[in-house]
Amino acid sequence: MKNERLSRRQFLYRTSAGTAVAGVACRREFASSNTNLVVDGGSRSSAPSPPSASPAAGLVDMNTLKSLRIWDGHCHLLSFEGSTPAERMQNILRYADRMGIEKMCMFLGMEFKFHAGPENMRKQNDEIMEALKHSHGRALGYAFMDPYYVDDCLDELNRCVRDGPLVGLKFEFDTPALANSPELDPIIARAGELKAVVLHHTYIKTTGNMLGESTPVELAELARRHPSVTIICGHTGATWELGIPPIRRLKNVYADLCGSDPTSGFTEMAVRELGADRVMYGSDIGGRGFASQLAKVLGANIPLSARPLIMGENLRRVLQAILKAKGVQA
Amino acid sequence: MIDTNVNLFRWPFRRLAGDEPAELVANLRKKGVTQAWAGSFEGLLHRDVAGVNARLADACRRHGPNFLVPFGTVNPKQPDWQEDLRRCAEVHKMPGIRLHPNYHGYTLDEPAVTELLMLTESRKLLVEIALAMEDERTQYALMRIPPVDPAPLLDLVKRMPDLRLVLINAGNQGVRKTEHIPELGKTGNIYFDIARMDGIGVVARLVEQTSPSRVVFGSHYPFFYFESSFLKVREAGLPDFQAKAVLEGNARGLLQG
Repeated sequence: MKNERLSRRQFLYRTSAGTAVAGVACRREFASSNTNLVVDGGSRSSAPSPPSASPAAGLVDMNTLKSLRIWDGHCHLLSFEGSTPAERMQNILRYADRMGIEKMCMFLGMEFKFHAGPENMRKQNDEIMEALKHSHGRALGYAFMDPYYVDDCLDELNRCVRDGPLVGLKFEFDTPALANSPELDPIIARAGELKAVVLHHTYIKTTGNMLGESTPVELAELARRHPSVTIICGHTGATWELGIPPIRRLKNVYADLCGSDPTSGFTEMAVRELGADRVMYGSDIGGRGFASQLAKVLGANIPLSARPLIMGENLRRVLQAILKAKGVQA
Repeated sequence: MIDTNVNLFRWPFRRLAGDEPAELVANLRKKGVTQAWAGSFEGLLHRDVAGVNARLADACRRHGPNFLVPFGTVNPKQPDWQEDLRRCAEVHKMPGIRLHPNYHGYTLDEPAVTELLMLTESRKLLVEIALAMEDERTQYALMRIPPVDPAPLLDLVKRMPDLRLVLINAGNQGVRKTEHIPELGKTGNIYFDIARMDGIGVVARLVEQTSPSRVVFGSHYPFFYFESSFLKVREAGLPDFQAKAVLEGNARGLLQG
């Protein structure tokens, strides 16, 4: 994500690449096996043989990855080859197969535009819905929301979520008033009525946030006003030591691990402060890879029982109601 | 598997799993690493560089004989850095050194860098240049350290045909991405590790941009989860012989000169 401060005009038009209950009970059961890595063949695609230079790297196999039932909660069409959503989805699935990813939540279009007007918002959501058609049931989608246009967001929510296949909302950069802006309230309330989850980008940049770029502090304010809505704190601020505390006392808010460097300690602190049932794996592909972000879970010194929660169970749980309403098997 | 990018001791801003040398060695061995090139987090901020290097060499001997390979710190902005370099080579028998231009406040076009690289070339020392240690966006607010611009190396290395360089922690995320990777990868003897390169299939792209022989495995452990770099090799889908070269062969050849 570019991070220089933007003028309002740039802000409006810029295209930007951007960006369990068991958890507490078994914290004593630390994952000694997390020192063993993941390498094995046997993926569903025609993945090449895995690296095997070191016989000592006798590593968790693909079956183990699959057993985790990995649902990636933060995926984009951006940066993949392909001139159509269908082509891009095909390429995404190739990598997902290689890394043992079962299902992905997709949002934003072929080209990110955060404030390009209602028509562009609809276009990006159309592209996601088109991509889903070609995912063989492997992808879910969230509708992108630009709260500059509240009425259009509500219409889009009804079109894509109530009447369409999407199961959540994605907010990127809001009005200059940020995620705590009252403009978001009717949208969040409507999401709650439809049991849709809300994922909101947050970052805490030492170099300075962009105009309209929220931190977990603003998102926490929004979440306090909507305690019955599931809100996922995108990137958990990336500067996670500062991003986790604002959300730790809000039981409706979940930490999204994705979209930052695989800095050791992130997942451990999130599990310690929130419990493993409020931490979610995501990758932020294609800006990031699956690999660096999977490492945040597979490399973390957390209970073994926390892994499946973070990798997919938590996301499936919060999506259960809306998936059931849509007749989708989790 | 040879890991060309680990550090011993304490990161200044948080405790890390693996920041005790014995723990680091044990963890790396369990992960299948057979050799690790170790710098020292102390080398970033300590001004007694000779002390930093003596502790590094001692820890490598005590905790990882035939496993940890020490890469001492040299700061060409400090007085008598030439003696620090001599001790790395002659006293500690280190095969290489690690530079931190951004933490030490210099750029690669300064005359002292030229002198330093010429000396390392004549001593047949391998040089690792850490282009960054962490994402600029998440640094401690009072300790902002921009990444190193490697562009001056394009000309520098042409004058030093025997110089062997590894650019560790080159990055393609954040505010300032590492520029000139394709050109650098085709110039002199410049290699790249993969620790801070990210994006879908990024290792395959790095191999395409440079050469299959110019990419080495580096984890930036314990600052990063080790698994990140390891899984990137898997995600890249390289042919097995290329994956082996990245994981081990290229680094072995590089160290042997």
